[in-house]
Amino acid sequence: MTAKANGNLPPLSLHVPEPKFRPGDAVDYSHIAVPLAGAQPRPDESCAAVEMHPLCLDLVRVLGEDDRAHGPWDPRLDAETLRRMLRTMALTRAFDDRMYRGQRQGKTSFYMKCTGEEATSVAPAMALAGDDMVFPSYRQQGILIARGYPMVEMINQIYSNRADKLKGRQLPIMYSAREASFFTISGNLATQYPQAVGWAMASAIKGDTRIAATWVGEGSTAEGDFHSAMTFATVYNAPVIFNVVNNQWAISSFSGFAGAERTTFAARAIGYGMAGLRVDGNDPLAVFAATQWAANRARANGGPTLIEHFTYRAEGHSTSDDPGQYRSAHEREEWPLGDPINRLKKHLIAIGEWSEDQHEAMDRELMEQVKAATKEAEKNGVLGHGLHHPFHTMFEDVFEELPWHLKEQSEQAIRERRIKWPEWSDSWKES
Amino acid sequence: MIEESPVSLADAPTRRLNMIEAINDALDIMMERDSNVVVMGEDVGYFGGVFRATAGLQKKYGKTRVFDTPISECGIIGVAVGMGAYGLRPVPEIQFADYIYPGLDQLVSEAARLRYRSAGEFIAPMTVRSPFGGGIFGGQTHSQSPEALFTHVAGLKTVVPSTPHDAKGLLIAAIEDNDPVIFFEPKRIYNGPFNGYYDKPVEPWAKHPDSVVPEGYYSIPLGKARTVREGQALTVLAYGTMVHVAAAVCAEKGVDAEIIDLRTLVPLDIEAIEASVEKTGKCLIVHEATRTGGFGAELSALVQERCFYHLEAPIERVTGFDTPYPHSLEWAYFPGPVRIGEAIDRLMKA
Repeated sequence: MTAKANGNLPPLSLHVPEPKFRPGDAVDYSHIAVPLAGAQPRPDESCAAVEMHPLCLDLVRVLGEDDRAHGPWDPRLDAETLRRMLRTMALTRAFDDRMYRGQRQGKTSFYMKCTGEEATSVAPAMALAGDDMVFPSYRQQGILIARGYPMVEMINQIYSNRADKLKGRQLPIMYSAREASFFTISGNLATQYPQAVGWAMASAIKGDTRIAATWVGEGSTAEGDFHSAMTFATVYNAPVIFNVVNNQWAISSFSGFAGAERTTFAARAIGYGMAGLRVDGNDPLAVFAATQWAANRARANGGPTLIEHFTYRAEGHSTSDDPGQYRSAHEREEWPLGDPINRLKKHLIAIGEWSEDQHEAMDRELMEQVKAATKEAEKNGVLGHGLHHPFHTMFEDVFEELPWHLKEQSEQAIRERRIKWPEWSDSWKES
Repeated sequence: MIEESPVSLADAPTRRLNMIEAINDALDIMMERDSNVVVMGEDVGYFGGVFRATAGLQKKYGKTRVFDTPISECGIIGVAVGMGAYGLRPVPEIQFADYIYPGLDQLVSEAARLRYRSAGEFIAPMTVRSPFGGGIFGGQTHSQSPEALFTHVAGLKTVVPSTPHDAKGLLIAAIEDNDPVIFFEPKRIYNGPFNGYYDKPVEPWAKHPDSVVPEGYYSIPLGKARTVREGQALTVLAYGTMVHVAAAVCAEKGVDAEIIDLRTLVPLDIEAIEASVEKTGKCLIVHEATRTGGFGAELSALVQERCFYHLEAPIERVTGFDTPYPHSLEWAYFPGPVRIGEAIDRLMKA
């Protein structure tokens, strides 16, 4: 169908967002406003949501260019806690590097790093109570690491081996760890948002004191579930923290395709009448302080908070992605908010609680720690090497009990196994 | 679980209830028994539901256990999944089955897979109640029978009661079940059984023996069919409203049919089906839903695979047509006595 000119009206034109830089382009981030650290006010946690609305358009920052902590959002953490935060973020990065390599070596099918975004999971995990329920997306492995979840269990899941607690059913990194109050990760984006609200509502129904926190990327805020969750959370004043990790990219689509050209993601809170905050996502102290603020508010029946973490996805979307195909390679080095680990490291050095030597020694130690965990996990097998869960487990947990049709199909799978792989001994349980 | 145990229930006092009252009674009993049961949905709270299924519950149990929700099926199902993960036993209502689709991702990708993908760490012990089916001049979006969308999903159970007695027992079982259950309530028979003769007055449930409902708690196991009528000439597989329509046509034609009300589509009572078709050698499947890809196709395939050498005639499927549910031509669309009668005639001649 071809449009016809209608009288003297100007023809309409469709706006299709376009990122500022494509492969090969020079990068100029001067359009990103980076306010002075410490310049943002910190309203009381019991304030009306509307008082927070200016902060939805601002950027809460604590760590300044001088590597010192500034302003009312400084959470005033002791040096020991700061070192633990640094170590946890560095461990998360070391884990990512090793697992990425493992995928390239064929030990597993898939991996996703969170490089550059470590603060957005580690700092909130440290600001929450250990039994607050988290509903993460696939890029918050830092929460499990911060909560001390065994790294070997994480690797078992990534390798889908015979010790994998999820029995090889789930794609690598889709962890589930109830004992760490870490909700089962789904491949379907943003579904965890209303679920977190439901969990928080349940906690309120029961008169519990625990709260929920959930994460999505900025790309997933476009899903309908985001809107449902925000509506339900405000309607019922649910004790939940919504995190939006705005890392600028949803695979190859820049944040403009989720609406970032017009406003911030934190500003979505304004329309729901919810408290909102936009923080420097590469400033671990700002992220910690924002979570602490929101958690205190939720725990006092003050209701939900939306936090946008302004950050940058430093690496590809996943091991299946090549960001060189759609964005400038210079973006990462030019990113105005720097690197979260480096910023906290420099802060600790600036206050005389850390040194380059200590940092190097820590990195070496963490690398060894991850390597040892990897070796331990590899004893249980890697993907495709035959050490996996018995066939019948494929049919379990579809329902609480096995109905007749799954029993029949289970018997079929075991019959097929004997034909397809007769060399496998029956020494380990096959059925 | 107790199947209508003669010991406990024969002496139990009974009441005559219509299907709405039976559902309301089941919700009341389960809310009383288990403080983790919460009821929510559009208009279910103060107002008591557009069909009155939740009438009086908010007053009795309070606003934090029975509450109205925003108009968001995605939100209703999504928060129910989260509540289930916490340890509650939510009973969300979707006002019409025609409006369940915005919640489909949460049902298919989340509720149905939670236990599997977390290896049992998290479960979704929720019961989604929803009025379904046609025959009420509901047009396109108040008449649909989308059960096949759910029977196709691994991890969901699908239940359709056809009497007040079953509605109460099955709903109690569904709420107690630790798996997510889609509980479709045929709204055409909320107030009385329907024989397919749209131009004749409808009898209320009060005149039907299956409106006699024991007081108090009882449950009917999911996965067990009910033999409505024993017979030798052919097997009729039906559920919901169509149980009554098919039974009326068989009676009118004087056919000695064995009528089986499936009650639960997943898990299916395959033993009851096999035993009956092996006895009769003929099988008629009746449902309101559209034909192509409908649950009847699954039933037909199963009967063909498992009873092939007993079959004396091709399996017949009487269903709605493969069109959206029409308004003015409702009775041309509805699989009523003429369509069922033709199929029976073909089977009996074979």
